[in-house]
Amino acid sequence: MIQIEQLSKTYQTKHGTVKGVDDVTLEVKTGEIFGIVGYSGAGKSSLIRCINLLERPTSGTVKVGGQDLTKLRGDGLRKARLKIGMIFQHFYLISQKTVAENISFALRAAGTPSKKIGPRVDELLEMVGLSDKRNVYPAQLSGGQKQRVGIARALANEPAVLLCDEATSALDPNTTLSILRLLKDINRKLNITIVLITHEMNVVKEICDRMAVMQGGRVIEEGRVYDIFADPKTALTKEFISSVVSFNVPEEILEKCDGTIVKVLFKGEVAGDGIISDMLQSYPVKGNFLHGAIEYIQELPLGIFVMELKGDQADVSQAIHYLEQREAIVEVMEHGN
Amino acid sequence: MGIEWGRIIELWPEIQVAFYQTLIMIGISLGVALVIGLPLGILLFITDRGLFWENRPVNSVIGFVVNIVRSIPFIILLVALIPLTQLITGTTIGPVAASVSLSVAAIPFFARIVETALRDIDKGVIEAAIAVGATPWMIIKDVLLPEAKASLIQGITLTVISLIAYSAMAGVVGGGGIGDLAIRFGYYRYDNTIMIVTVVILIVLVQLIQQAGDFTAKKLDKR
Repeated sequence: MIQIEQLSKTYQTKHGTVKGVDDVTLEVKTGEIFGIVGYSGAGKSSLIRCINLLERPTSGTVKVGGQDLTKLRGDGLRKARLKIGMIFQHFYLISQKTVAENISFALRAAGTPSKKIGPRVDELLEMVGLSDKRNVYPAQLSGGQKQRVGIARALANEPAVLLCDEATSALDPNTTLSILRLLKDINRKLNITIVLITHEMNVVKEICDRMAVMQGGRVIEEGRVYDIFADPKTALTKEFISSVVSFNVPEEILEKCDGTIVKVLFKGEVAGDGIISDMLQSYPVKGNFLHGAIEYIQELPLGIFVMELKGDQADVSQAIHYLEQREAIVEVMEHGN
Repeated sequence: MGIEWGRIIELWPEIQVAFYQTLIMIGISLGVALVIGLPLGILLFITDRGLFWENRPVNSVIGFVVNIVRSIPFIILLVALIPLTQLITGTTIGPVAASVSLSVAAIPFFARIVETALRDIDKGVIEAAIAVGATPWMIIKDVLLPEAKASLIQGITLTVISLIAYSAMAGVVGGGGIGDLAIRFGYYRYDNTIMIVTVVILIVLVQLIQQAGDFTAKKLDKR
C-alpha cells in the first residue's frame, strides 16, 4: 500500500543543514498496522509527514496505492490526500466549529453532495462512539473525545491509509488504550492500512503488526513486532522494549549469585518451562529462577526467564547449547565464577 | 474654565452635524478597510513562508506597500491625497472627501491586524485542513476566518477607535466631524465648553465601541 524509497528530508537551519530523514526505504502492506518508534528528533515525525507530503521530501519517492505522490502538486496532491487520513497528537480540530461541522468539513473537501453529508456524519459519529456530541464544540470535549472526532474526520472520505502522528501521546493511559482499541477495530473492519509513529513502545506492542525503529533519521531495525520483541538487534530497540517488558533483576540479587546468569526466551507456543526442566534433568546443573514472565504480543505468547545456572563450566555451556537446540534464544548475561 | 450650559444648547445643532460627519467618515473608511484590508491581510498571511500559498515576491511587494502607507504621517497623507480625493469624490471638502484618505490609511492598518490575528491560529489546525484535502478557499473560509473571528473583531474595534482619532485631523481639509469641532472651537477659540463637550462625546463613543467589541468577541468565541 505504501512504498517509501530512499526518502531523505533535509532542513536548512541557522546552524547549517540537518538531515531529518536519511535514506529511508520502507514498505507498508495493505491492511496492516505499522508502527514507527523513536525518540523525539529521530525523524519519525518528518517521515510520517512526508507520506502525505505535508512535508515534501528532499529526495526519494513515496507511493501510496501505487501512485507516486512526490510527482503531484496543487489540486492533484489535494485529491490524493482525500484518500489518506491523518490524526494528530494535539487533535487540531477547528475550535469554532461543532463536532459535526468539523467532520462535514472533510466531506465537503471531497465534494460530497450536501444531502449525503448529514447521514455520513451520523454514521462516522456512531463509529467513534460520539453520537451524543454532534453539536458540541471541541472545547467541551475531553482529550479522548477530541481524538475520536479527529478519527471521524480522518475517516470521512473512506481513505485507504490512516496516518497517526503521536495520536495517543497527549492522552492518559486508559484513554490511550481505548483509542488504540478503536484504531484496531477500524483497521479490522475497514481493512484500512494504519501507519503510526510513537515514542511509547506499549502502543506498538498493543496494536502493531510490524514496526520500525528510527534513530538519527534512519531506520535501524524493522520487522514483525513479535520478532523484534523476541530478538531485538540494536541497543536502542532493547532499550525501548525494556520500557514495557522489563527483566531486570535487582543488582543485590545478582551479586549474591555466583553461577552463570542467562536470559532464556521461548517464542510462540513452545512450552518453555517444560524444556527447562528437561535440561535440568539431562545435565548436572542446578537452575535458579530469578525472573520469569510470559508476555503476549499480538496474542502470541513470548516466554522469558532469567535464571542462574550452577555447575561445572562445561556442563553449563552444554546445557545452554541444549536449550538453543530446543529453539530457545539464550543470552548469557554474566558468566559464572 | 466653567461649563456654560447655554453655549451647549446654542451649538447643539452643530454638535449633531459634527457627530453625523464622524459617523459617515468612520462608516465609509471602515467599510473600505474591511472590503480591501481583509483580503489583503489574508494574502499577506497565506503567501508567507511555509504556508499553503507561499509566494515570496507577492508577499514582499504587499508587505512593502503596506509599510510605506503606514509610515506616512496621516496629516501628510491627507494633503497628499487631495488629487485622488478630487478624482474619486469630485470634491475635496466634507466628510465623504475625507473618507478617501481615512480609507487609504485604514486599509494597511487593518490588513496588518488581520495578518497578526491569522498568525495566532495554531499552524496545526491549518495543517490538519491541508491533510484532509481541503481547497485553499475552504481553508480561508472555514478555518482561518472562523478561528481568527474573536481577534478579528477585536481588530475591527481597534481600527474604529484609531479611525475616530484620525478623523479629528480631517478638519485640516474641511472634513468636519466631532474632533474637528473640538479643534476649531476648543483649541483655536478657547471655547472650553465645546471642547469639554466634544471630548466627552468622543470618550463615550470610544468606550461604547470598545465594550461592544469586547462583548461580541467574547460571545462569538467557542473556545
